[in-house]
Amino acid sequence: MSPRTLIDRAFDVFARRLDGPLMVTLVVLAALSLAVVFSASGQSSDRAFGQARNFAVALVVLWVAANIPPQQLMRLAIPIYMAGLGLLISVALFGEIRNGARRWLNLGFATIQPSEILKIGVPLLLAWYFHRKEEGLSFKDYAIAILMLMLPTGLIMRQPDLGTSLLIFSSGFFVIFLAGLSWKLLASAAIAGVAALPFAWSMMHDYQKNRVLTLLDPSTDPLGAGYHIIQSTIAIGSGGIFGKGWLNGSQSQLDFIPERSTDFILAVFGEEFGLVGLLLLLTLYMIIIGRGLMIAINAPTTFSRLLAGAITMTFFTYAFVNIGMVTGILPVVGVPLPAVSYGGTAILSMFMGFGILMSISTHKRLVST
Amino acid sequence: MIGTAIKNREAELNTYRKRVLVAGLVILTAFGVLAGRMFYLQVIKRDHFHTLAEANRISVVPVVPNRGIITDRNGVVLAANYSAYTLRVTPSKVNNLDAAFDALTNIVDIQPRDRRRFKRLLEDSKNFESLPLRNRLSDEEIARFAVNRFRFPGFEISAGLFRNYPFGEVASHAIGHIGRINDADLKRIEASNLMVNYKGTDHIGKLGVEGSYESELHGTTGSEQVEIDSGGRAMRSLAKSESIAGNNLTLTFDIKLQKIAEEAFGEFLGGLAAIDPNTGEVLALVSKPGFDPNLFVDGIDPQNWDLLNNSPDKPLLNRVLRGAYPPGSTIKPFLALAALESGKRTPSQSIRDPGYFALPGVAHRWRDDKEGGHGTVDMLKSIVVSCDTYYYQLASETEIDKTAEFLSLLGFGAKTGIDIDGEMEGVLPSRAWKEKRFARGTSEARKWYLGDSISAGIGQGYNAFTPMQMAHAIAAVANDGVTVRPHLVRNVINAGDGRVRAFGAEPSIRPPTRLPFKAENIALIKQALVGVNSEAGGTGARAFAKAGYTSGGKTGTAQVYGLKGEKYKESKVAQHLRDHAWYIAYAPADKPTIALAVLVENAGFGAASAAPIARAVIDYYLLGKTPDPKKPKGPIDEPKNAD
Repeated sequence: MSPRTLIDRAFDVFARRLDGPLMVTLVVLAALSLAVVFSASGQSSDRAFGQARNFAVALVVLWVAANIPPQQLMRLAIPIYMAGLGLLISVALFGEIRNGARRWLNLGFATIQPSEILKIGVPLLLAWYFHRKEEGLSFKDYAIAILMLMLPTGLIMRQPDLGTSLLIFSSGFFVIFLAGLSWKLLASAAIAGVAALPFAWSMMHDYQKNRVLTLLDPSTDPLGAGYHIIQSTIAIGSGGIFGKGWLNGSQSQLDFIPERSTDFILAVFGEEFGLVGLLLLLTLYMIIIGRGLMIAINAPTTFSRLLAGAITMTFFTYAFVNIGMVTGILPVVGVPLPAVSYGGTAILSMFMGFGILMSISTHKRLVST
Repeated sequence: MIGTAIKNREAELNTYRKRVLVAGLVILTAFGVLAGRMFYLQVIKRDHFHTLAEANRISVVPVVPNRGIITDRNGVVLAANYSAYTLRVTPSKVNNLDAAFDALTNIVDIQPRDRRRFKRLLEDSKNFESLPLRNRLSDEEIARFAVNRFRFPGFEISAGLFRNYPFGEVASHAIGHIGRINDADLKRIEASNLMVNYKGTDHIGKLGVEGSYESELHGTTGSEQVEIDSGGRAMRSLAKSESIAGNNLTLTFDIKLQKIAEEAFGEFLGGLAAIDPNTGEVLALVSKPGFDPNLFVDGIDPQNWDLLNNSPDKPLLNRVLRGAYPPGSTIKPFLALAALESGKRTPSQSIRDPGYFALPGVAHRWRDDKEGGHGTVDMLKSIVVSCDTYYYQLASETEIDKTAEFLSLLGFGAKTGIDIDGEMEGVLPSRAWKEKRFARGTSEARKWYLGDSISAGIGQGYNAFTPMQMAHAIAAVANDGVTVRPHLVRNVINAGDGRVRAFGAEPSIRPPTRLPFKAENIALIKQALVGVNSEAGGTGARAFAKAGYTSGGKTGTAQVYGLKGEKYKESKVAQHLRDHAWYIAYAPADKPTIALAVLVENAGFGAASAAPIARAVIDYYLLGKTPDPKKPKGPIDEPKNAD
């Protein structure tokens, strides 16, 4: 074999199912993440190495997911959803309570958060469901879809984990929305939702209410719930246009930002790299989202279209909710900054989604109908 | 069928594309909002947040100045600073203090005494400040704590300067002590606009020289800008303005003399004031018992406080400045001088003393000490032998207000103006005084009686003076009628440049005052006082036998009354009822350099108990002679002597 064909063969094995623009953007994001995690963890190389390991594992998962054809994925929709739902019910019955919430399930060898499985499971199942009903959708079909969506959402909300339940709800909602739920129904659902707000408020836990109230006026609780928002806006605002420079943010380096390497890493980013850095980050996200929507539009089947669209919009939701929360325009919910925050699980499920996107993108010629 | 399917597919794809377009627009709008928010925070409000970030990061920490050092006149250190490590606790950060203390005992030695003191501090502390639990940690304790630090949130070790009084009880009433700043101190600091200078200062002078010279000793607080993390830990220094150390003080007394004076009291209580009659420098200031000022430095524990505060011996009472006692016979030379000045008596005018004084038409007899009387007594002899009858008669012929007027010239009934706070005025009785004193009583009670005058004539009755007042008065006589202001601080030495400011440099300090007395009158009184210590039959002759110098003196005995309502241990009652002994003296007789007053509580006659103390002090001061250690300390129990 000539070297030429060797490279071709290697490309075939390793890169054939990968999407170029997405990969490049993700690698840039990962590099930024390593730099900011290093800075945010008090310049701990342990943390940075840990994050590098997270990315390495996530890339393997991405590659594996990219190599699973969408039709096979479709077959996994019911098992994944049912397994996730079953685990959620087990959590409700036997779950471990940590920090006042019943979210974890001890499997003996590992402790897992089943809600993570449903982040993929819910859009997967709904996309499969609407794919089967290709020949026209009735009101009943939407009703069943909403039921399949609300079941896990409700269970997670009960844990309580408002942030995750809203994210899972939105991932499913995007599928239903893209499937063509009529504007009339959407509007009436929105009205019903607004009408239900007082009821939802009364169902919320005190700490959840606090988070919303704190958003409206952080100064009411400057040392408690408001502290996060106050300190993160100070960090970002004081960064100015060009930032204070990598490793030079006083808010970040002197430990004024809580959870600065995880959920609040954007504050470190904004303080040290300034408006220029944040706009670069937004641009990278826009590239990923734009590419994702392009893949979705060009996808060959209803299933892959809906799934690709939902994955992309879920990514957008993560980014928007996290940035909105850290800059102080949304309440504090436990959502990481996608592909930047330190944390194995979040990066893993995020990259799995990108793998599926890439699979949809690279398999379309083969399954074209 | 296939057509409709394709049509359906087309319609579905159309819907889908429209939906994606809507989603894209929503996403663009949302990112636009985020970008706008970033622009608002980082461009429009940048300065505002920059200020907040700097305020977070930079903390201005006071740099506490070193407190001035106090030395005696020879440079022996009486109050100094030492640096040591303290274990401090921030109570608000500790859930269960007792449990934490229990856990700590294996690491740092925490005595019950430390706990009690901490509790006391906790009761009158503000919420967020840290309080000392244990001072002077050993290196070993510091190391052990450092290893276990993570187990004790809210506990920290800090270095600091502490005050040490190496002589303990010696001169404690003169030097005073510092203590933690309390609410009353804080109000004073606020009132004098010194809050900034006291930032970071935990201690303030409370008594004695430490208290009254606080403004000299404290120094000027500097400041340091440090970068802190969110936990308030200092990371690095950004800028610093140094503090200026407090001024050092040189006191007027020699600590060795002071010690000899205190030891001369033995087990007895009392007070002694010795001053240089030419300058007013205090040569010794003794109030027995004393107390250990070191106990107060970082908050006294309740047990020691109770011991000091409730002791019947009143160790916290400064007897020299605040104890007022009837002067007894020590008043006689001053009354004699008054009589000479007013012309009521001439030196040679004499009386016949039958051993008592009686008024015509009054059955009561005022008894002399000596059975059968002193025979023919002129003014000289009246002082030398301390003849009561002479003074009963003189007092019966003298208007009390005239006496009071004269005595006030010598400083009786007024503060001597010594440079430390807390001095009492004593009582110089007059008609007006009695009127005021018994204002709530009947007109009978308010009236001045001749009997009152006669009692006052031998220094009993209402009048009561402090040992410092007595020393001040005898110094004025020794100094031929020139009064000086007693003071404890000789020099104020600038800690920075070493410049020396002598006492009296301040314009407010009153200059020596010459009293309008005739020289020959003072000379006669002095002659009599010398006679007391040298002539046969002189009441001080025995105590000053073979002194090696000539001296003037006068004994006195203050009767103790007013026991009502006081509780005293039964075994001590007998002693408590004994009279107080006085002795005033000056030496050398021709050119006095020391004048003093000694009061020994419940010691009986002045000649027996107070005079030997005076002798010990003057012996050391003039001759450098230290008392014989083989001789029993304290007043010797001599047979009853004439007084």
